[in-house]
Amino acid sequence: MVEFSLPKNSKPTKGKTFAAPAGAKNVKRFDVYRYDPDTGANPRIDSYDVDMDTCGPMVLDALLKIKDEVDQTLTLRRSCREGICGSCSMNIDGGNTLACLKPIDECKGAVKVYPLPHMPVIKDLVPDLTHVYAQYASIEPWMKNDTPPPSSGERLQSPEEREKLDGLWECILCFCCTTSCPSYWWNGDRYLGPAILLQAARWINDSRDEATGERLDDLEDPFKLYRCHTIMNCTNTCPKGLNPAKAIADIKMKMVERAG
Amino acid sequence: MTQAAKPAARPLSPHLQVYRLPLAAWLSITHRITGIGLTIGTLLLTYWVTSAAYGPDAYYDFTAFMGSPIGYFLLFGFSVAMFYHLCNGIRHLFWDVGLNYEIAETKRANVIVLLGTLILTAAAWLLALA
Repeated sequence: MVEFSLPKNSKPTKGKTFAAPAGAKNVKRFDVYRYDPDTGANPRIDSYDVDMDTCGPMVLDALLKIKDEVDQTLTLRRSCREGICGSCSMNIDGGNTLACLKPIDECKGAVKVYPLPHMPVIKDLVPDLTHVYAQYASIEPWMKNDTPPPSSGERLQSPEEREKLDGLWECILCFCCTTSCPSYWWNGDRYLGPAILLQAARWINDSRDEATGERLDDLEDPFKLYRCHTIMNCTNTCPKGLNPAKAIADIKMKMVERAG
Repeated sequence: MTQAAKPAARPLSPHLQVYRLPLAAWLSITHRITGIGLTIGTLLLTYWVTSAAYGPDAYYDFTAFMGSPIGYFLLFGFSVAMFYHLCNGIRHLFWDVGLNYEIAETKRANVIVLLGTLILTAAAWLLALA
């Protein structure tokens, strides 16, 4: 359902402001979305003035500095700090990206940090990903085949067949794309969204997988696949430079091709 | 047995309120809006045909209405919507055959669609008023 405004319990209020340490010369402000499930009060936007002379270059560096030195209750997911785990995905400066890959000096003025858009918030910058994970499981993201493997034990691919997986296998499931998609905002209960459809394409295009027809049958649905209207937010926002919109188009074309 | 207090309903994170939509996304929503506008605007066409069928008086009323500033405004809006929807519709045809998905290509197509709308609208009105 299209709902332009936020529910009553979700409208952020103005929060606290934390000043930079005395003597800091190079100060940058971070406006960070905070929600505390224990109080149940509305989310608030806290402002932190951070001394950039003692801070690393990425937004994740600043968030961890705030957590270490100013406010230990700030909650976020992070792990690898080098763009391969997909944990620190969030909305920074109006776009979805990984905090560890987003340079602070790319943000003009105060750096605005929100959780991934249109998701239920567990705490602060941590969204509830249960639903997208369930959608991921629904496409059965594993190799399916009925024929016995060759006696050598390995199902081989030609370099050309392997090439078809490039641009698909690199996805780290950070869900920046899915949560940037207005179609997913309004129909996320039934539309699978760009990340999951890119994963579906990854298995449909795998020469070793024998369930291509089954997989396409499952996606032949007005909502699961066809809510994509090429708005292109997914491709524009992917922090790994992948192209979910193109992967979706590829599935749509395969639907037409097999219809003959 | 004590039961844990029921947690408060989770808030929904901000979406349209904070997302800075790229130009391509604005053009996408414009495609839908112009589509709705054209559907409603088709009533003008019906008015035109019906008034002609009713006879000279009704037809005179129609031409008077369309010649008024409001009529011109509606016609202008209709023409912009039509040329935009046409140009962006052609872009959708490219998308449908799997072309034009790279970010650079999308940006180029944004400009082409907007320029196309401008040029076609200007040309149509120059021809009409010449």
